[in-house]
Amino acid sequence: MPLNESFIGRVYPPTPVYEVGREKIREFADAIADDSPVYRDPAAAAELGYPDVIAPPTFAIVLTLDASRQVTGDPELGIDYSRVVHGEQRFVHERPIRAGDRLRVVVSVESIRKAGGNDLIGTSGEVRTEDGELVLTAHSLLVVRGPGSSE
Amino acid sequence: MITLSDVRVGTVLPSLQVPIGRANLVRYAGASGDFNPIHWNQRFATSVGLPDVIAHGMFTMAQVGRLLTSWVGDPGAVLEYGVRFTRPVVVPDPDGATLIVTGKVDSISEHGLVAVELTATVDGQTVLARAKAVVRVPAS
Repeated sequence: MPLNESFIGRVYPPTPVYEVGREKIREFADAIADDSPVYRDPAAAAELGYPDVIAPPTFAIVLTLDASRQVTGDPELGIDYSRVVHGEQRFVHERPIRAGDRLRVVVSVESIRKAGGNDLIGTSGEVRTEDGELVLTAHSLLVVRGPGSSE
Repeated sequence: MITLSDVRVGTVLPSLQVPIGRANLVRYAGASGDFNPIHWNQRFATSVGLPDVIAHGMFTMAQVGRLLTSWVGDPGAVLEYGVRFTRPVVVPDPDGATLIVTGKVDSISEHGLVAVELTATVDGQTVLARAKAVVRVPAS
């Protein structure tokens, strides 16, 4: 059954505040094997003009993947999550995420279309500080594999 | 740190060769919160039609990001970064996979915004398409 296109434009409630910690940034940087001191040492970050350590450019996925479960788990939309694969990802940064940021994500459904037997859902996640400053927007394309699709 | 005088259209970024083993994926699962078992459980991965455990697309994207940030010096200079995931990176145990990441400057705006085209391949096969970034490179 094709996904309901009336969900295009739907905006989900802001996620609870996520407080970015230095150790979480370090853990993420370790996991991607990036040894830059800017992710670990506040003094190194300060040399580049940042008030605290900053996060790698893809760190926001920690917040936005979780937030996008509002869409993929929406019972009204009825997606079989076991058939969801990541099609595309794009980040547009206003500034890097940094330790101490208190962030919320507002997820919306940008597009729903069908291609080659699969459903494609485009979502955007606006990541803002709790004071409303836009930090970045994450655009994801999720592919819901249709029956009979092998990949 | 590079400056605009180091950058021309066609400038090639230092490439990166990234060995990927199961331990990398387990660690990335923990750090990112993406515990989908296709990234660590062979039995599950094959049961959903995959050849074996596959890497998180976002892990691959992060490795390409590492090429960018190590080149530009300031990770906060990566303003836009996007990829399309075209082929899963299969990570057999114990041999793993080797990801090769390259990048080339595509254009430079008058405001010092540098557009970079990126590639990621495993065994000569492309795993990402439309991998592009815009980075801010200081004039001096």
